[in-house]
Order: sequence, then C-alpha cells, then structure tokens
Amino acid sequence: MASWGEAKDSRLIGKRVSRLSGTDKVTGKAKYTFDINRPGMLYGYILRSPVAHATITGIDLSEAEALPGVKAAIPLIEPGKRVRFEGQEIAAVAAITPDIAEDAVRLIQFDYDELDYVVDVESAKEEGAPQIRDDWKSNQSEPRVDERGDIEAGFAEAAVEVEATYHAPVQTHVCLETHGHVAEWDQDNLTVWASTQAVFGTRQNLARHFELPENQVRVITEHMGGGFGSKFGPGVEGVTAAKLARKAGAPVKLMLTRKDEHLVAGNRPSMTQQVRAGATQDGRFIAYDMSGYGTGGIGSGAGFTGPYVYHVPNHRTKKSAVAINAGSARAMRAPGHPQGAFAMDSLMDELAERLNLDPLEFRRLNSDSDARRNRIRQAEYTLGAQEIGWHRRNRVPGSGTGVKKRGIGMGCGLWGGGGGAGTQARVTIHASGAVEAVTGTQDIGTGIRTVIAMIVAEELGLRPQDITVKIGDTEPGLASRGSGGSQTIGSVAPVIKTAAMAAKRKLFGHIAPLVEADPGDLRAAGDKIYAQSDLRLSIPWKEATGYLGMETISEGGEWDENLRIGDVAGVQFAEVEIDTETGLVQVIKIVAVQDCGLVVNRLTTESQINGAVVMGLGYALLEERIMDDQTGKMINPNLEDYKVPGTMEIPEIVSIAYDTDRKITGIGEPPTIPTAGAIANAVYNAIGVRIRELPITPDKILNALG
Amino acid sequence: MSKEKEQNQETAISRRSFLKGVGTGAVAASVAPTVFIDAETAAAAQTGEEINRAKIKLNINAQTYEVEVEPRMTLLSVLRDGFDTSGNRLDLTGAKPICERGECGGCTVQVDGKAVYACMMLALDAQGKQITTVEGLANGDNLHPVQEAFIQHDALMCGFCTPGFVVAAKSFLDQNPSPSHEEIKEGLAGNICRCGTYPFIFEAVKTASRKLL
Ligand code: FES
Ligand code: FES
Repeated sequence: MASWGEAKDSRLIGKRVSRLSGTDKVTGKAKYTFDINRPGMLYGYILRSPVAHATITGIDLSEAEALPGVKAAIPLIEPGKRVRFEGQEIAAVAAITPDIAEDAVRLIQFDYDELDYVVDVESAKEEGAPQIRDDWKSNQSEPRVDERGDIEAGFAEAAVEVEATYHAPVQTHVCLETHGHVAEWDQDNLTVWASTQAVFGTRQNLARHFELPENQVRVITEHMGGGFGSKFGPGVEGVTAAKLARKAGAPVKLMLTRKDEHLVAGNRPSMTQQVRAGATQDGRFIAYDMSGYGTGGIGSGAGFTGPYVYHVPNHRTKKSAVAINAGSARAMRAPGHPQGAFAMDSLMDELAERLNLDPLEFRRLNSDSDARRNRIRQAEYTLGAQEIGWHRRNRVPGSGTGVKKRGIGMGCGLWGGGGGAGTQARVTIHASGAVEAVTGTQDIGTGIRTVIAMIVAEELGLRPQDITVKIGDTEPGLASRGSGGSQTIGSVAPVIKTAAMAAKRKLFGHIAPLVEADPGDLRAAGDKIYAQSDLRLSIPWKEATGYLGMETISEGGEWDENLRIGDVAGVQFAEVEIDTETGLVQVIKIVAVQDCGLVVNRLTTESQINGAVVMGLGYALLEERIMDDQTGKMINPNLEDYKVPGTMEIPEIVSIAYDTDRKITGIGEPPTIPTAGAIANAVYNAIGVRIRELPITPDKILNALG
Repeated sequence: MSKEKEQNQETAISRRSFLKGVGTGAVAASVAPTVFIDAETAAAAQTGEEINRAKIKLNINAQTYEVEVEPRMTLLSVLRDGFDTSGNRLDLTGAKPICERGECGGCTVQVDGKAVYACMMLALDAQGKQITTVEGLANGDNLHPVQEAFIQHDALMCGFCTPGFVVAAKSFLDQNPSPSHEEIKEGLAGNICRCGTYPFIFEAVKTASRKLL
C-alpha cells in the first residue's frame, strides 16, 4: 500500500521549497491569459446593462460595426428579454485595439423599458416587491429546515439564553486578473487561453456550447491571477470571446474590466440571522435555534453554516435565499463558512459571558462531535492560546484605559478538502534522465506545480527543479478536476505519487539485471540509484536511465484514498487595537493554527495560511458591496471604494501549519474561516460593546461607543 | 466619478486622456509634456487637422522603440498592446492592468528612477525618459536581489501583482536602502495583493535590503 512514509525519511516532503514558477513570475516572463498576444488578435469588449432591471426592446449594432477598426459585433440578448442586474450582457464587439473596441461599444444603440427593481434585501422580501426570478413564488426561496434533538426540551434545560441578530455583507472575489479568455479558431478547432480554475470543465462547457467533440477544443491556463471560487467555466464572456473570434475570423482577447469583475463575476452572499441559544449552568451548549437568509443576487445558494464546529444536541436551523437585482453569487473561498463562523463564534462568546466562563473554556467543553477533529482542535486551542498570550486579554471587556484599547478574541473553522478520484496523470522517465509529470490540473496560485515536482523528485531521488511539470492544458488528454473546495492536492497528489512509484519500479526492473541486483534492493536518492544491501553498487541517475536506450518509461497512477484526509480543524486568535477617538480597528496580531494533515511544502503552505487570514481580515473590517437604492447600481465597483486589505492593514501573522497526519489535505480555504469571528471577539474584548455586523468599520465602532 | 465626467466634457476626450502620472507614494507633478512628434503629424497639426496618431520614441529597458500611438494611449497600453513602426509587438506584458486607474500598483514601472503607475501616464509623456519595466530588472540570468528575495520568501502566489510589487520594492529600496518594518509597509502601500502575500513580501524586502547594502 502506498504511503507517504515517515517524516524522518522525507528529504523533500514537509520542507520549504521555492515555487518552480518563481523566476517567471518575478521577471514578468510568466504569461497569464491577460498577457497572451496572438498574431492578428482583436480585442473584445462587452456592452452591459446600465440599469438594474429592464426589458430590452431593440439593439442596433450598425454604427458600431461601421467604426473603422471594428471587425465583429454581436448581440448577447434578444429583444423582449429582461436584464435583471446592472452589468448584464447586452452586446459585444471585437476591434483592432482595446480603445477602438471601447469606442465601438459606446456607439451601440439599444432601447429598453425600465422595470421596477429592488437591490435591498429587506425590501425584496416585502409583498409587492418586483419579482426577480420566474422560478420562485416570491423573492424568497422555500426555507430549508434542519432539526436535531428536541429544541424545546433544550431551552427548558438552559440556565442562560442569548438572543442576537448577526449580519455580514456581500463580499466580492476581486481576482486581480479579471475573468477572461483569448479564443482562436482553426477551422472547427477551438483553442482558448482561459483564466480559469478548471481547464477540463471549461473545455467541456465550450464544446457543448459550440456542439463540438471535446477533443476539438483545447483550453490552456499556464498561469492565472486568482479565482477564489469564481472561475469554473467560460461564463458569458468566454463564450462571447469564441463567438466574436469565429465571426471576425481572427483570435479575440476578451478580459473583463475591474468594474465588470465586481458586477458580474461572482460574490459571497450576504448573511442575516436571528439566533436564540441556551446553555446549562455547567457550561453545556444545549439549544440553538437559528433562522436566516442571504442574498446571492439573481442567483440562489446563499446558505451558511451553524451550529458549525460546536456540538449542540438540540438545534433547529431555517435558511433561505433572497433574490435581488444584482449579479449572481458564485462559490467564494469556503462558501457559507466565514459568514456562519463569524456569527457562531460571536454567539459562543456571548453565551460564555452570560455563564461567566472563559470563552476558550466554553469552547473546550462544546467542540466538535467528530473525535479526530475534537482531539486536534483541543491541541490547537492550547497552541494558539499560548502563542497569542490568551491570559493577557481583558477579564472585563473594555476595561483597558487610554484612547487606544486592546483586546483579544478567538474563532474556529472546519473544512472538507480531502479531494477525490478522477485525476489522470503520467510520470515519464526518458533515457536522457529527464523526467516529466503531466496532468490536467491547474495552478491557481496555490503552488500545486511545485508540490507535484516535490513528490516525483522525492520518489526518484532527484531535485524538484529536475522535474518538468506540465499542467494547465487539456491537450495531453489527462483529465483532472477543477481546483475548488481545497480539493486539488488531495485529488492530484495521490495519483502523482503512485505514478512516480510505478515509473520507478519499472526503471528498477529494467536496470536490475544489468547491474546484477535485485530490483527490490534498489533505491533512488541523491541523484543516484544504489543497492541497499551493497552501497558500493551505486550509479548516477543519468547513467541508470541511459540503460533505457531507445525506450521511455511512462506510467499512470491511481488515486489512493489512504494518502489523503479531509475534515480538518482550524483555530485562530486575534489581537486588535482600537482608537476610540477615530473608531479605527488595527489588527495587531493573528495566530492561525491550521490542521494541515501532512504538509508537503511548508513554505507555500504558510503562504496559503497568510493569504487566507488576510482575506478574512478584509471580510472582518473592510469589504462590502454597496448597492444604491436610488439607482439600483453598485456604488463601489473599483479598488478604491471597495476596500481590500493593503500593506497598512497587515498585522503580525503567525501561521502555524500544524502537521497532524501523514496524509495530505488542501488548505486554501480553511484558514480564511475563523478570522472574522476572532477579530469581532477581539473588538468586543477591547471596547466592551459588541458589533454584530460586518464589516467592523470606524462608524460602527463610534456609534457603539456612543 | 463626477470629476471624471467634468473632465470629459471640458476636453471632449475619453477618460484615459486626462489621467496624470502618479508615482507610488508620491504624486508626480503634472507638467505640460514636451511632445516630440514626427514631421508628418506636425504638418497635420499645422493645418488644424485632428491628430489621431503620433510617432514617438520611447526608451524602455535601455532600448529605443519607435512606436505609433494615439494621444490617449497610456504607457501601460503601449507596453502591453503597442507595436513598433515595423509592426512588431512590444509585448512587454510584465506590468499588469488590474484597475487601470491608479488604485492597485499592478502596472508599476520606473520612469527616470521613480516608481510610476504606467496606467496613469500617457505614452506621450514618457518620451525622453528612461523607462524600466519588470522585464528590465534582471541582468541576463542574474536576477535583481529583490527578485531573488521574492522567490526565496515565496512573496508571491498567483503572481499577478508580483511584477508591480517587485518594481515598487526596488524603487523603494533605491530611495530607502535600510527601511524599518513600518517604512516598508508605507513604501508599498500603493500596491495591492489579493492573494495576501504581504507578510512574505515584507520579509523579502528586508532580505533584499540586506543584500543590497
Ligand atoms: S493598473 Fe495601474 S494602478 Fe492599477
Ligand atoms: S500573488 Fe496573487 S494577487 Fe498577489
């Protein structure tokens, strides 16, 4: 049975290895989709609805088509159809320069009858609000109810109760490389460079759309500039690029603008929940009754977690989605978790306070029902509390003196992330000694390319940079899943590992008779192959592979469930400092203790944890899509008014990649979950007034302080 | 937004044209450019004909490019999408168009030794200046110490913001060779990284500063 072996025997696994794509990325050589320039390439641009809700009555492309330099123009909606949010696609053009394409879009004449719209969630729920979805009876979906135990009996047993309402806003992904594609036809063969998290998913989708066999569509993603869950298919813009390219008879690059990215390229749904919770005098969380909703714009799927990592024998949850005239939600880094965790961890602290219990103690008493997770979480509590200095927090919240007040808080998370079967990969050894690993996954910034090289290099006794990793291309026909749900490493690594093992076995089988050794006695390490029983028998790697002559070894692998693990626990602690005169919250320090299963590349793992914490910090303090009731438009679709964390907001971050197993798991998502709750609790500990609504901006602090 | 509109009406030119050069941290004075236009264009200007294109020379990474530009083109768009007069693409795609309005630093290049948002400078205004893009930092295969440190500390994930950060960090260290942690944060406040690589960027800048001293 395949295994990752013992830590003491690992030369590479668990070590810090620089990203293989590092040099290309720091020199500007790395070509992202946005950077692909093809001979004769045109630039696409999409005309979008300026209003939130309207019926399109006519589109006239003639003036745009007549502009010199314009090579194609197409409508994207039929007259008589509705646009249901600001930014919905109306028509598109392709021209010889980006500026001419933009000019041409301004020349498109289109008529529409405006309809009443609603962009406010509370108004959308009211009777008589403009109906947004044809498939729902009202703007609110049928609630999903989940009930365990006996809720009334639970409350009867409770000694203390908390009732509260928590709210989190819509957050947008803000991928720095906007969504986009370069599409090029060669007769009936379509090649698309895509900024995507799923080359194979994008291929399938495009093939279906253009009614082509899948092998006539090739999708390439060598490097991509961030997706965070929003880039799984070609979307309207990808299909449009291909349509324009076909019509113009030339390659077309179509990248969304920064404004488009906020309006149409996905978002994390909002969350509003009312909760009633009870605990017994001895600190048992006994009853939890939550009712809530969120908006995913015109989309659905606005759910969130609760009671989450905490064990409550009696609970009832009721959740629904509310439609408004805004762009559709898409999966965003741990969908449903950060919003649920913020509410849950705020609630845990509120309950603990009623009980006069240390919030950490109260969590210790009520953590996960899953035994592994609970065991790990208890250890994480200890590790994290020590690192932040939990004893330094205010015993009485808000009791600090002076203008600047400090506080400490904590939060928790859990995530699946174990990956699954369905990846095909090949590891090839050439007589020259060159080694290739090929599979259809893509590197969205996580560092999977380097991890693949490390695994193969570990197995073959080489260095990571000796391995040529070919990913992000459908052409070799080795499929893999989309990179989402922190599933990439758990899906890919086992197959790569077993393919490398198979290739090595084959190589040993080939050379064993030539060196008069038993293949089972051969080992690969330090760029050599040697016999374990007789260390004098040692040949350099290249000499060994030279024996292959005209042959090449190329082996596939199998997904092996025993090489990966899911369902990981994470705990975070935050220390904040609040200026009580300006209301500004400065995060001083975050300690993130993340169950990582087996860490493969410690360097890139820490990067992932840092990055997830930073995104969680933005969610806690800065980010919010603001819709204007008066116009139906988003007020802040840029990077100045929609605030993402910048250098000045960055605290000291202690990322503890906690090795808990000799099994691999993905951690792109889990460490972004606990951050907002930990910060919100630290804010309370600092000022003694609870902010139950994200983002925790200075105005809210000042209002709370009165 | 309203400011943009006013400007638009005043001059009846598109958004890109009114933008002025802004450096990371410091605002570069917006001075009337000395436009070196070719004879053909100058003749057209004399007759009051609308000038749609001009041939200009740009010095990029110590190489002179003769390019034909529209007056409204930014330096960023010429680097990425421009052609020289023999029809070859410049193809200098290191600087990234992330916001195209001076909010993110993804397009940072050095102009006469100072960090500048290439999306905020007209190509015409870049004439006669020394432009260095991320592609021009390494000396052959020898990376600049900032580039080496970024790799060593993994100060990049998706890497889309990286060219901007690398150039901004280099420019910053040119001016402040041994900065404190706070100074690094302030010096790089004009750049955004959505992957959140900041902690390792700070480490990389510290390492690079030690190497450069
Ligand atoms: S692209 Fe120039 S500052 Fe954002
Ligand atoms: S590394 Fe992805 S945006 Fe900075």
